[in-house]
Amino acid sequence: MKVALIGNPNSGKTSLFNQLTGLRQKVGNFPGVTVDKKIGIAKLNSGEKVEVIDFPGTYSIYPTSIDEQVVLDVLSNPKNLDYPDLAIVVVDASNLKRNMLLFEQVSNLGIPTVLALNMLDTALDAGTAVDTLKLEAHLKVPVVEINAREGIGVNGLKLRLEQALVERNVHENVEIEEKDAAAILAVKEAFNLDNNYLASQYLAQGDKFSFLDESEKEIIKGIAQLHGFSPSAFQAAETLGHFQDISAALKEVVHVGTVRVTTRTNKMDAILLHKVWGYVIFFGILFMVFNAVFALSEYPMDWIDGGIADLNNWLKAVLPDSKLTSLLTDGVIAGVGGVIMFIPQIALLFAGIAILEESGYMARVVVLMDKLIRRFGLSGKSVVPLMSGIGCAVPAVMSARTIGSWQERLVTIMVTPLMSCAARLPIYTILIALVVPNTSLFGVFGLQGLTLMGLYLLGFLSALMAGYVMKKIMKSEKRSFFVMELPTYKAPRWGQVFYTIYEKVKTFVFEAGKVILAISIVLWVLASYGPGDKIEQAPEIVAAANPALEGTDLENAVSSFQLENSYAGYFGKAIEPAIKPLGYDWKIGIALITSFAAREVFVGTMSTIYSIGGDSADDNTIKARLRREVNPETGEAVFNTATSFSLLIFYVFAMMCMSTIAVVYRETKGWKWPMIQLGYMSVLAYVSAFIVYQILK
Amino acid sequence: MSKATSILSEFSPGESVLVDGFKDEELSLKLMEMGFVPGTVVKIDREAPFGCPVCVTIGGDYQVSLRKSEAATVLVKSIIV
Repeated sequence: MKVALIGNPNSGKTSLFNQLTGLRQKVGNFPGVTVDKKIGIAKLNSGEKVEVIDFPGTYSIYPTSIDEQVVLDVLSNPKNLDYPDLAIVVVDASNLKRNMLLFEQVSNLGIPTVLALNMLDTALDAGTAVDTLKLEAHLKVPVVEINAREGIGVNGLKLRLEQALVERNVHENVEIEEKDAAAILAVKEAFNLDNNYLASQYLAQGDKFSFLDESEKEIIKGIAQLHGFSPSAFQAAETLGHFQDISAALKEVVHVGTVRVTTRTNKMDAILLHKVWGYVIFFGILFMVFNAVFALSEYPMDWIDGGIADLNNWLKAVLPDSKLTSLLTDGVIAGVGGVIMFIPQIALLFAGIAILEESGYMARVVVLMDKLIRRFGLSGKSVVPLMSGIGCAVPAVMSARTIGSWQERLVTIMVTPLMSCAARLPIYTILIALVVPNTSLFGVFGLQGLTLMGLYLLGFLSALMAGYVMKKIMKSEKRSFFVMELPTYKAPRWGQVFYTIYEKVKTFVFEAGKVILAISIVLWVLASYGPGDKIEQAPEIVAAANPALEGTDLENAVSSFQLENSYAGYFGKAIEPAIKPLGYDWKIGIALITSFAAREVFVGTMSTIYSIGGDSADDNTIKARLRREVNPETGEAVFNTATSFSLLIFYVFAMMCMSTIAVVYRETKGWKWPMIQLGYMSVLAYVSAFIVYQILK
Repeated sequence: MSKATSILSEFSPGESVLVDGFKDEELSLKLMEMGFVPGTVVKIDREAPFGCPVCVTIGGDYQVSLRKSEAATVLVKSIIV
């Protein structure tokens, strides 16, 4: 038996899911889409076990996002593997009228329904009392009072669930208008359906059903045209019809006492949405979050970094010295370690964002920023993806799903990778340390810190600019959809905060991790093998050319020679003419190529190229090496100010991340947008780096 | 008491109106979902710093924020208290 949990966002659906299933739950994806599907097992009082599926929150079965689309797709297709035997619709009793719409739609689809009335205490505080028995008599399906947060009423719900699974009652109220009757009948015959409401949904939004193929959609279109069926008119009329039914039902069962306003939230909004204080507080909070992220993540990142280096050294010591060992340590562990190292930073950033969202404050930020960033083709709702982009663009691009208008969502997806993500930080730090003196301005602001901040700011401003240009080019006529609920302020549910962190980190590790794992193996092969036999003979050749070298110096010279003659070395030299105007030599070229898949590989590759044995991630050694590197032709330092700044600017703009390309492909359903994104960011990176180098050199 | 129909975006913070209908069929669906149901009282709480979006309370129950352009599609009757 399958039971679906369905409800509006913030209706307490997830709390009820936890109460029903305890710890017996697992998280997966709905087939074909990356939308979370939480499944758990609930044990009923009889001992029978039912499978509970937590569906994404939605206001109706008319979807505006991929997440909401899943609800429609599953509930309108009895053949879907997740199609429930029964739906528990969770409603917030403190705003019952709006919540009841979804209940009516689900029940009318012919799915046996139980109505779970949540947050009755809040409703009562607000002066609303609900007569459950009367409501049940009117709806003719079980109505159960619960308190999902405290777990009160869950046993009662289970009891009614058992009964409902047998009785399978639905609440039907939709009457077919005469003008639509013929069209609905035709659909019922064509698709062998017996539910009128389901048939009307085929007509109204069959084009959105993923389980129908193109020819079936054509049949629906034909029927709609033949009978003059207008989807939008039908939807508007049926929504109104539901509300009439709901109003009639609630008139008898809801007693509204004194109407009050949510005073506390209103008072807080007066300050937090104030034209001056609102922005002061927002930027203050932003500053605190980023400070906390950088300060707190420093230590765990060092531990992980050290731990991975130790593991590698230990493996090299105990395993036989073979190609396979080298692949495991220098290839796989070094590559995956590079991903794991970012976990603390990403976890902390998403903790900050989750707390802001849970407390209800993020919705106010959306309101504050909407008009300001709208002129850049973005929506107030783009704030969350843009902030998340400072951690990792992969979950950030996915979080753009909440944006109701396709154009604003697309612009957000296209510009989010310009926000400087965690993977750029190691590149920034090492190059800044190389060329910016460690002094302070006016004795307060460290020059290096200011440069770093400048790079982040540059990323943000270029995101706005890119958005502006896209908006001008696209000029879509499609109207925007912004309307959103402003939740009351409340203390964050910590369980939910930790769950969000877990989810985002998991997305990052798996999405970015699998690409980087693959790339690090390819990279290792390219850097370890080369045409001819120069690589095998490297020790002899180098020793013959430099008879004075011995010990570590000799080893370094050998590995440097090997890299130069590997496939990676040949690629580096091949692109040298193209990157020379930017101030890069073929060695930097290798790092550019290798970091094409994932920019965090850059520092690792640099450390390999400049052949630092042993502890490969030790910044000081890399820094010292880079500083000593001299151009053989001019005799000048390779990493002078011009080249270093050119590289910094290059990495601010360059779209060097396969995982992001993959996620943009998935979210935009095609190669067009990721390719445009890759193109415009590459051009931007190349041209800017060129200008910077030519000015500074 | 109510008088002739006008649009929601014309009203100022502090005023209350009664939802009467919609100008835009497609948008009306989403607006109704969020609670802008004909007959419902909507109170304008405040405008965001640059005049848009606006924050309103629906039916005395909960707050919703919407853009001016969206508010301009909601037909309302003013309530004279």
